[in-house]
Order: sequence, then structure tokens, then C-alpha cells
Amino acid sequence: MPGLVHVSTTINGNPTDFLCEPRQSLLEVLRDVLGMTGTKEGCNDGNCGACTVMFDGRIVTSCLVLGVEAQGKEISTIEGVASPEGLHPVQQAFLENAALQCGICTPGFIVAAKALLDREPDADEGRIRHWLAGNLCRCTGYDKIVRAVLDAEDKMKA
Amino acid sequence: MTSNIVLSEVEYNVVGKRHIRPDGVDKVTGRAQYGADVQLTGLLQGRVLRSPHAHARVISIDTSAAEAHPGVFAVVTAADLPFASLTRDDLGGDYQRLKFASNHVMASDKVLFKGHPVAAVAAESQHVAEEAINLIKVDYEVIPPSMTVRQAMEPDASLLHDDLFTSELGQLSDKPSNVASHMAFETGDVDEGIKQADVVLEREFETASVHQGYIEPHNSTAFWNTDGQLNIWTSTQGPFVVRTNVADILRHPVSRVKVTPMEIGGGFGGKITAYLEPIAALLSKKSARPVKLLMSRTEVFEASGPAPGTWMKVKLGATSEGKITAADIFLAFEAGAYPGSPVMQGAACALACYDVPNARINGYDVVVNKPKTAAYRAPGSPQAAFAVESVIDEICEQLGVDPVEFRLRNASREGVRRVEGPVFRRIGLVECLEAARNHDHYKTPLNGPNQGRGIAAGFWFNRGFQSAVNISVNPDGTVNLIEGSVDIGGSRASIAQQAAETLGIAYEDVKPTVVDTDSIGYTMVTGGSRTTFATGWAAIEAAEDVKMQMVERAAKIWDTPVEDVEYADGALSHKSDPELRMTFRELARQLLGTGGGITGASNVDPTGEGNGFGVHLVDVEVDPDTGKVTILRYTAVQDAGKAIHPSYVEGQMQGGVVQGIGWALNEEYFFNDQGQMMNSSFLDYRMPTALDLPMIDTVIVEVANPGHPYGVRGVGEVPIVPPLPAIGCAISHAIGNRINRLPANPGAVLEAMG
Repeated sequence: MPGLVHVSTTINGNPTDFLCEPRQSLLEVLRDVLGMTGTKEGCNDGNCGACTVMFDGRIVTSCLVLGVEAQGKEISTIEGVASPEGLHPVQQAFLENAALQCGICTPGFIVAAKALLDREPDADEGRIRHWLAGNLCRCTGYDKIVRAVLDAEDKMKA
Repeated sequence: MTSNIVLSEVEYNVVGKRHIRPDGVDKVTGRAQYGADVQLTGLLQGRVLRSPHAHARVISIDTSAAEAHPGVFAVVTAADLPFASLTRDDLGGDYQRLKFASNHVMASDKVLFKGHPVAAVAAESQHVAEEAINLIKVDYEVIPPSMTVRQAMEPDASLLHDDLFTSELGQLSDKPSNVASHMAFETGDVDEGIKQADVVLEREFETASVHQGYIEPHNSTAFWNTDGQLNIWTSTQGPFVVRTNVADILRHPVSRVKVTPMEIGGGFGGKITAYLEPIAALLSKKSARPVKLLMSRTEVFEASGPAPGTWMKVKLGATSEGKITAADIFLAFEAGAYPGSPVMQGAACALACYDVPNARINGYDVVVNKPKTAAYRAPGSPQAAFAVESVIDEICEQLGVDPVEFRLRNASREGVRRVEGPVFRRIGLVECLEAARNHDHYKTPLNGPNQGRGIAAGFWFNRGFQSAVNISVNPDGTVNLIEGSVDIGGSRASIAQQAAETLGIAYEDVKPTVVDTDSIGYTMVTGGSRTTFATGWAAIEAAEDVKMQMVERAAKIWDTPVEDVEYADGALSHKSDPELRMTFRELARQLLGTGGGITGASNVDPTGEGNGFGVHLVDVEVDPDTGKVTILRYTAVQDAGKAIHPSYVEGQMQGGVVQGIGWALNEEYFFNDQGQMMNSSFLDYRMPTALDLPMIDTVIVEVANPGHPYGVRGVGEVPIVPPLPAIGCAISHAIGNRINRLPANPGAVLEAMG
């Protein structure tokens, strides 16, 4: 069995240390080592977006990042989107617009949508559809997800 | 951006409103616990070794190196399943059924599809388990596969099962065959009906195998305790079905199996069958540790539920006035490796939208070397609708009749008898057709070259079946609602709404919880578009039980006969003494001191399901150079009976439409000549993304189902039926040639353009 590697990183603003095998993905580390199961596995080959997290300010599919690559990086996950004061406007908009059915893709969509609105607060429908094309949803047909992101834009400006 | 419309007939206080779903916050924050999220003390991880061949005899399996691998705690093969040590005599008439069920979970003598399980390992981690399965040696003798119904139905076809005989209209054939059954429905005189027709068209159709495509892979965690208690945590649409399957395959008492349904990441019919649960249980029994099994995406494609590929022929006759006189239909559906395609449902749905006086439908269930097919949203209906609606569209073209008008002239309505026997009660197809005709989409002409518009109708029965609900009153006037229906798309909300409406309390005062199989009465699957109808019914009955007990308690407190007490609008009052009045909350506060708490309970099996119809309009544009099809505009009209939660009804419609768009345009299992799937990833099995689609407009028509207190019909399945023909017809109109095979991917469209 390969030896474990000590990794020091920051997750949702908190300095975090963990041990992992070199072959473990960041997704595995989050879920199996750190017990942060909000990030979901849908395909494990970077095609569905369910495991989307922020990695030094960029959105990545955490199944395609190795755990050891987290050394010295800033990672944020679905668990860090809401604050103690309440839900993020994107989360609130997903609830109000019924933008989830089964909910398995929802954490990935929320992390990706928040990343878009943080940099483009006026993204239009076409831009939202383009940005979210890396996240698969099989339940909603995307209609209510796109509407929720547009609604979140209004909420964030209010 | 366009809009969604609800054409309501009756308004209620809670029912029909767009409430926030009770499980919503957990699902937008990542706290909801899905099957793969289960963590238990001492948990092992397992992997399944699967056949690389589509069809082969298993000569030998050597697991010794895997067992010796460090970190491995258990290895199982089919030899560990009870079936291996049971004889034909032991099992009698149950023999073949159990053989198929057991061998499906893990192959014994033969593998019948690439991805068929042959062994499994439990180890300290996924990676170690992966290493170990690669150490298992299996000797195969490869056999040519039968991959399509046409191949499998040939007289000299390679046989999957040497003991499968055709059930030929109820009689067993003499020789073994890949045709598991031939069934038929017939009404009137088809030959005479064809003679009466002014136009007769006969066309042949094919559709490919497609997958349900839920984003969450199958998973199962099991712990077999030393006292024989078997606990299973899994993502399933039917915890009670899993309990039955596991007890059956493992020959274990059903009362010693507890299934806890975790949150489920989509199913669409594909998460009913027990795939991993019996394997996880055996690994746990051998290791005396809890074991978790997860499928990879490739395993999901290769070893779980595609909807059947089909071969269909439809002959339709109509008069020049646009009345259908006769239909003659042939349906051959792939069952996959074991019998059980939805060809019977396809046959019953094929003509359900129309009043056809003379009809004959022959259906064939054919085994092929592909994974065993599973239910997929209105199983059988989309394929049959593609064939029938496409021929109707072509007849409309030939007769020069408006396609909505043609459908109105032939539409099923109350009193019409379906070809397989039942007579329709009040249904809403005519109302849906009229709503489509009145819609802005229908009135707006196409505005460019290479565009086409398609229109199609679709049918699904909707189902009843068993459900149970318990409702307990809390001292603060809220209630806890306990149900057995897994919430796959907002049903906690739609069930709670019906309980709140019945009790006359606020939606927020009902707290629904989905529980395990030890904690609630038998509840059938979340499927068949039954949950809001049947479990809603159970909630209404449980709420009525609560009301009755609340009336009795008020009568006791007021020392008055029960007949003097009335329950209305969430309050109890004395019929003749206006001084005596208590709200639900006021009485709830007094329960513990006046005789104890109150729990209402129900076990129901309602039979008043309301049949569902939808009518879809779609505009497409075809790129003449590449054959790529763009969906320009889509409108789905559907009779929901009563939309308990309109947003989630719209969501069902939009989701079904988009799965239908994928089925029509892109999705397809590609096999090489060895029967191996070549596109078992989301990159190569291309499902629609947000970028591929416009908004999906919806019109909810509410023609109340007389068989439900609030008029609910069920909505989940109908919306996947019309897209296949609607899109096929739209492309046909855009290019001037018919599309008779799906998917209509760019290559196929270019070919059809000639």
C-alpha cells in the first residue's frame, strides 16, 4: 500500500490538514477522509459537474484533482456557501424557484452559479446556459435552474 | 422568456400553492444524506468484478489471489448465493424466476451482457478492492452475442437461455427461443377497417437503447449482524421492493431485512431493481463488517437499466374526413438479458389517445445480450408513440388536415374503450388539444428556412397501489407526517400539502419524514406517477383519522356526545353552543392531559387513478450542412387533474421533455460487433446540457380526476412520451423526408436529407 502524504490546505476559510494516498482524488479526500459529503460524485471523470468546488478561485471538478494538489491552496465547497446568518441568495433562489428535484446535482450547480455571479452579476440567460453547460441535471430540464440564477442576480443586487 | 400557465378549475387553501419543499435547505447546503454518504463504524468498501464479454460461458473462477491480497476482508461469487445450493426440486415452479433473479445479481454458469457481475470484494478501501478484483482469474468460453431483436428473433439465433420457451399467447413453445413472450390485443375487424379507409399507410420504426441517466450512481451499504438482522441503506425508489427482492434472492426472512432509503439522486424507473444490495449483504455476512458498494458511471451504463431498443411496424387507415378506421401494430422490444421488457405497456399505450374501432397489436418480448432493461418513465409508451404518432402525422400531411384537428376528431374521451379493455373515465385529452390549439406557440408561424414544427400526443395510465402514512399531533399544534414514499422530486411537499389541506392547518405545520421499512406500513415504489396520488390519498386518510380522534377528544373535554362536535377549517366547535370552540392548536396543547397523544394512521390501495395525457408542440431548425437539430421553442400541455404543487408539476413536465429531447436527438448505446458498449461515459453518451436547450413552456390543464379527493392524476411520466414523435415530425417537416429511426443525430438527419 502506498504511504500517506501530509497535506496542509485551506477549506472554506479554515486551515485544514489531512493525510491521503497519492492516488486519492480531492473528491475522495473531501468525502471519505474529511467527511464533507456535500460534494457529490456523479461520474468520476469530469463530465457531470456534481463534484464542482472552487480551487484557488477557479471552478474545478474535484474528481479530476488529486488530494495532494490541495497543498497550499484555497478550496471552497458547498458546505461553505451558506453563512451562519443564512442561505446565500443563490441557495434561496434555488429553493424559491423549485430549481431542484432529486438534488444530487444541486451542490455543484450552486457552487458553479455562485462563481459566475461573483464575477458577472448581470449574466444573461445565454451566458448562464453557457457557464452551466459543465453541470448535468437530469431532473429539471434546466429551465427552473436558469430562472433561479436570474432570480439570484436580482436578490444579490437588492 | 416565455411563461408557464395553470388552467385551474378549483382553488384550495394549501393545495395548488408553490410552497418551499421541506427538504430544500438540506439539499441546497449539501447536508442531505444520499446513499453514497453513509458512514458506519468499521465500514468496508467493495468492488464488483464484471464480465468483459457480452455472452460467454463461465468455465472457472479463481479468487485465491484476491483473498490473499492485504486489506481484503471478503470475496464472493455466485457460489455464495443460496440459488447455487438449491435444486429444481427444492424450488419447483419458482425455479426459473429465482434463477433469473439470482443470476442477474451475479452470474453463475453464463454471463449475458458486458458488465454482468461475476465476483465481488470487500476491502479496507476502494483502491484496495479495485486491486483485488483485478487478481481474480475467470476463464470464459465466448459465445456469439444476439444484440438486437431482429438478430435475436432469427431461427438460428444464438440463444441466451437454453431453458427459455416462448409464451405464445399463453402456450409454451416446444423449442427454446430468445422470444420470451408474444402477446396480442385485438378489437373489431382490422381487415374490414382497412377496407373502409381512404388512406392507408404502413411504416417501420426503430429506436435505440437509452439510459435513464440519473446523476447519482447506484449504491448500497449493508450490515449483516450476527443475529441474522440485515440492515441495508440504499438509494432506491422502492425500499419495500428492495426488501422483498433481497429476502427472495438471499432466502432470508423479510422481517429480518430492514431497508433505509437514503435521499435518492434520480431514478426515473431505473432504481427499483436490487443490483448491489444482495452482493453487499453477502460481503457483509462473510466479513462481519458493514460494506458499501458504489457503481462507477461506466458500471451504471453497462449493468443497469437501459430502456429497450425497439423494432416496430404500424399500419393505419383513415377516411378522407380524417377518422381513423383501423390500426395494425407490431412491437418487438428488447428485454435485455432476462425477460421483462415493457412491451405490454407499450402495446396498451400505443393507441390510447384515440378511439380506434378496429385494432390489432402484437407485442414480442425478446432477450438480447444487453443489460436487463429497467423501467424508464412511462415504460414502453414513448417508443410506441413515436411509431403511431409519426404515421398519424404523415396521414395528416396526405389528407391536408390540421394535426390538432385530426387528433380532436379521433381523441379518446370518457366512455371510449381502450384496445386492451378498460373504458376511460373522465379524461382531459380534448382539453389538452384545445389548450395547445389556443396557445400562442401554435398561432405563431415559423419564421425561417430549414425549420419545422411537430405536434404529438402521449398517454400514461398513472398508477395507484399501496401506501401508508402516520400523522402524530404535537403539543404545539404541528403534526409529524411519517411516510414510506421516497422523495425523488418534491413529494414531501405535495404529500404535506394534502395533509395540511385536509386538517385545515398551515403547510408549515406539517413536518414530513420518509422512514425505513420497519417504521411504516407497506408502500410501493415512487414510480408509476403514483406518489402524489396514492401516498397523498394515504395522507388524506390519516388526516381524516386524526380529525375523527380530535373530535372525540373535544367531545370528551366538553362532556358532550361526539355527534355534537364539528371539525371545520382547522377548528373544533360545538354544533349548538357557540361558546365551545377550540382551534386545532388549542386542542393539541391539551391532548397529553386528556387521554394522551393522537396518531392517525392509514394503509391504502386506491384504485381511482386518473389517466394522464399530454400534447406537445416543438419547433426545430436543421443545419443543412451538418444535420444538427436545434430546438427553437417547446411547449408542453398536460392534464394534471389537480396540480398540488404547480412548480413541481412544471418541473416534471420540463424534465420529461428534456429527457425526451435527448432520446430523440442524441442518446444511444453504441455497441461494437462483440456486443461491448463503446460510449459508457457522459462524454460519449451525450445527454442534453443547459446550453442545448431553450426554456420549456408548460400549460397545466386541470380536469379533476373523479377518483381522488383533490382531483390528482399523477404527472411524472406522460411528459416523456410526446417528445419522440413531436421532434421526429418537426425534423421531417424541416427536411421534407421522414425520420423513422431514433436518435435523429446529425449523421442520421443528413442521411434522411438524402
